[in-house]
This record gives sequence, structure tokens and C-alpha cells, in this order.
Amino acid sequence: MAKAISARALRKVYPGTPPVEALGGIEIEIADNEFFTLLGPSGCGKTTLLRLIAGFEHPTSGTMDMFGESLLEAPPHKRQINTVFQNYALFPHMTVAENIGFGLEMLGKSKGEIATTTGEMMELVQMSHLADRQTSQISGGQQQRVALARALAPKPKILLLDEPLSALDFKLRKNMQLELKRLQLETGITFIFVTHDQEEALTMSDRIAVMSDGAIRQIGTPREIYDHPADRFVADFIGDTNFLTVEAKGASVKLASGKSLKVAGAPKAGQVTIAVRPEHARLTGADNGLMSGVLENVVYLGTDTHFHVALEDGTAFVLRQQNAPDTAAGHVAGDKVGITFPADVAQVLSD
Amino acid sequence: MSDLSITEAKRQSRNRWLLLSPALVILIFAASGPLLITLVYSFLTAGDFGGVEWEFSTDAWFGVFMERDIFDDTLGWSDAHLSIFWRSVKLSLLTTLACLIVGFPTAYFIATRPKKQRDMWMLLIIIPFWTNLLIRTFAILELIRNEGVVNTVLIAMGVIDEPIQMLFTEFAIILGMVYVYLPLMVLPIYASMERLDFNLVEAAYDLYATRMRVLRRVILPLVKPGVIAGSILVFVPSLGAYVTPRIMGGGNQLMIGNLIELQFGQGRNWPLGAALSITLLAIVMVALMAYVRAAGDEEVRHG
Repeated sequence: MAKAISARALRKVYPGTPPVEALGGIEIEIADNEFFTLLGPSGCGKTTLLRLIAGFEHPTSGTMDMFGESLLEAPPHKRQINTVFQNYALFPHMTVAENIGFGLEMLGKSKGEIATTTGEMMELVQMSHLADRQTSQISGGQQQRVALARALAPKPKILLLDEPLSALDFKLRKNMQLELKRLQLETGITFIFVTHDQEEALTMSDRIAVMSDGAIRQIGTPREIYDHPADRFVADFIGDTNFLTVEAKGASVKLASGKSLKVAGAPKAGQVTIAVRPEHARLTGADNGLMSGVLENVVYLGTDTHFHVALEDGTAFVLRQQNAPDTAAGHVAGDKVGITFPADVAQVLSD
Repeated sequence: MSDLSITEAKRQSRNRWLLLSPALVILIFAASGPLLITLVYSFLTAGDFGGVEWEFSTDAWFGVFMERDIFDDTLGWSDAHLSIFWRSVKLSLLTTLACLIVGFPTAYFIATRPKKQRDMWMLLIIIPFWTNLLIRTFAILELIRNEGVVNTVLIAMGVIDEPIQMLFTEFAIILGMVYVYLPLMVLPIYASMERLDFNLVEAAYDLYATRMRVLRRVILPLVKPGVIAGSILVFVPSLGAYVTPRIMGGGNQLMIGNLIELQFGQGRNWPLGAALSITLLAIVMVALMAYVRAAGDEEVRHG
């Protein structure tokens, strides 16, 4: 079956002195009915990629197909793709219902059909009671729902979402994340979601593409990306990570402390970096661990406690421990502690 | 209330009037005064050598719309005046329309340029404004007269054999007025276009609207205040235009402005001139009220 979106060697260069390469040779395949997230820091090219898919901008070179048909020549209004804009872009001179019905009206649907579908959509996002309000008279969260309903009403094959949750407060954002996921499952539409918030990406996505500097660093499920980051950038960007510089020797690596560890995927020789997630490591007695150091800081965060350790060679290392009712405050700042972790949680990174 | 607070209130009220006085003086002497004089003059008798005689008469108002046949003394509509009124309204409407057709895309073009370039484009629009009106009008005249640039080029290219008579026609007047008043249309439309969120244009385009529909359903409704302001700014001075119809119309295509000037000049009929001026004012007011109401209705419908 043809992919919802498949792009080959997609480049976008903005003219100027010097020209700015926003996207450099993107290869991406997004399956039908997938919740796909483009994740990266601002300026990484994720929004440019979204605008290319929507048709607001044209690629400098490369190809892009939608369900097997080339998108290169199609203007935005000929693409069965709708967008939820970051600032919602609701039409200020129309009511909530008129906004939601706009796409259907432009498609030349009958009045009856527009009314029915608009009603359904307002039901879906729980906005029925505000149908005749002006868009300036509703709250940010409500505007967000209207923008979503407006984009879903014409039943597009692909829905693009450009950081639609960034303007909402924390609680509302959490709710909307779950709601978006529910909508995607209910409608069966392919969602392509752009965000710089890694937690948001991990919560909702089927697959994530991590981008930086106009290139895709890694594509995978949230678990793959979190547990097996491809490179240092991905490991650093997604979640918190401890980086350790180690010496590769045969099938194992030698830590700075002198202890050896068998790690999959390590090169035969030379210096490599391994990544260890804070929650994968444990504190032990000073002499029992793989490494040892001085506990500098204990940060209590309600659900977790963070332990900041300065290793013997000066490297900072953070451990995270979930708090349970019976957790005793075993260690205090200033203690000499050991650190241990299972060999299979250490990820070898290419820089 | 004690006496003290009453005097205090009086003092405050006096201060308020004192502070308002500069504005009031200007309003009385610059706006209401001349208008009142014009109104009074329109009800007086014309002096033999210009000026007015202080004797009440409705002859002037009578003469605005009616005339007495010089042979058999019968009353009839003043065809000459009515046709001038009609021409004034018609040419002003056409000028406004032409300014809109040329000005709207111009404003759109400028508003969609990068921020740094916009000022340069606006400057180009405004520069002609710094030139004297007469000179600008003569420049247009130079372009379209029979021996002018346009005809010469067309003949040289073999497109036409005879020069096209453009000067001294209604076309010439419209062309002249469009050229003169175009900035007044571009500026307010540009002002509202600049505030337009172009995300909305993309949103409409994304929701299957063709370019024409984006224009009609999203851009036009949102820049309507600018369009209304521009239309008024062009229509009102066009209606009272004097220099342009005089030069481009060559004296045989009179508009109200020329007719009024005629009464105060060669006609030596100041009361009639005054009555015509008030009539012009009335036409402008009626037109504006109709226009604003028509535009306002739509506003209410959309909220």
C-alpha cells in the first residue's frame, strides 16, 4: 500500500546571501493512519517540511508523493491535506460554525451537508453550545478546538498540526494531547504533528522523526528513540542523559574508573561515548559500583528524587529514583557513593 | 451642597470651557462660519457686478434646479445643471471604481513585500503627491493630447493612422482624477492590508479556497474598512474637483466645481454659486450616508 507521504532527497533552500538551506535531502515515509511527529529545536526545519507538505512552499529539489501521486505540482487547495495552524488562524469575521464549515463550503458541498458535518465536528470537539459565537469571544483552548474541527471537517487524508498546543497552559495541554490521540484513532486520518516538546512527542506519537539543522537524525517509535538514540544529539534532546567517555577494547569498553563493561555495538578500539538514562542507574555502596564519586546534591521532586554525583574524573552524573512510601532517605549530600547500571542500558553513540 | 462646593464646580466648568476654546474657535471660524455665510448668501439677491444685495430671495435655489424659458417664460427643469450634477456623480463614481481597481492590487503588492522594501514602495506612491496638482495634471495632458506621447508612439508603431481624441473627453477627466487621487485609495487600503494576518490567507487556501475565493471571502471582508475609507477619500474630492475637469475637460465637460466657479466669476451670480455649493454638500452627505449604511449593514451581519 502506498505511503501517506513519501519524500525523496527533499531539499529547500531559501535564496539570500548566503542562501539558507532549511532542509537538506530529507528522506521520509509516513504510513497511512499514523500519528507521526516531527520533533526538533526551533530552526531545525520541521515547520518548513510541514509547509512543503501543505503546499505553501515548494521544494528546491527532490520528490514528494502522497499515496503514490506526486504532490509537486498541486497547489494547497488541490491537496486533501488540512492544517491546524500554530496561532489557529481562525477567520475573525466568521462565527465558530462558519469557520468550521468553510472548507466544506469551498468544496461545494450542499447546505444540508455542511450543516450536518459542521454539527458533527462541533460535537466531536465539544463546541456545539458556542456555534454562533465570534471567534474573538472564545478562549484560547476553545479556539484550538475550533481550529481542529475546521481542519477535520472536510475529512482530509492527512492532517498537519503545527505546534498547536504551544499556546495552551499545562493542564489544558495534557488534556488536548490525549484528545488529539483519541481523535486520530477515531477518524483514522494520518496526523503529522510538529513540536519542539519531546514529552508531547513521546506521549502521542506512533513514530517520531527527530530533526536538527535541516536533517532527520532518527526515525522510530517513541520507545526506540528513547531507549536507543542513534546519536548524541538525539540522546541529548530526548529526555535527560548522562554521557560517559569510554575506551573501547575488543567486545567491551573500559570506563574511566577502570572497570570493564560488555556493551553491544561498541567499536573494536578507540574512544566512544556511551549514554545512560538517569532512571537506569542505581546508587550503591562506595566500593560496589562500576564508578564512584561524591554525592553533591539531592533534589526531591515529589514523584522522583534526583541525585547529582560528581564522578572521580570530574564528570557530572545524574540518577533518578522514583519515590515510594517506604523509600528511606538513604544518602545525603557529601556522601561517597557508588553507581551501577546493567550493561544493556548503556547506548553507544556516534557523535 | 455648600456654597463653597458650588463655586468650586463653577470654577471647574469655566476651566473646561477655557481649555476647549481653541478647538471651538477653529470650529466656529473655520467650519461653521463659512458654511453659514454660504447658506445665508444662497438666500440673497445677486448684485449687478458680483457680490450680494441684502434682500431675501429664493431665486438662487430656484435656479439650481429650474429655469425660465427666455422666449415664452415657461418653467422647466434646468437641463444644463442636472446634466452637470449627473456627470459629476458619474465621473466621481467611475474615478472611485478605477482607483479601487488599480489601488487594491497595488496595496496588496506592497503589503506582501518584505518589510524593508515596503517603505520604498510607499514612497514611490507618495512622491507624486509632493508635486503641484496643476503640474501633475498638465503632465497627464501632455501624455494624452493628440500630439502627445501616447498618440505619437501608437502612430509610429502603425497601430493607428489618426490620433485618438482622448483629451477634452470624460475619459480624460477620469484619467486625470485617478492619477491625482490614487494615493488616497492606496494608503488606507495598505494600512488595513498591513494588519492582515496572512496566516488567514494560507488557512483559506489550505481549506480548498481558490485564489479568487480567498480574495472574496477572506481578504476583502478583512480589509473592508480600508476600502471604505479609500473610497470616501477619493469620491468626495472627485465630486468637488475643479482643476482636473477644467484642464482635461477643456471647459466643455463641466463638473459641479466648475459650475460653482463660473457663478462666482464670469456669471456674477454669487447666490446661485452659494446654493450650488450647498447642493454639492448635500449630494456628498447623501452619498456618504448611503455608502456607510450599506457597508455598515454587512458589518452587523458579520458582527
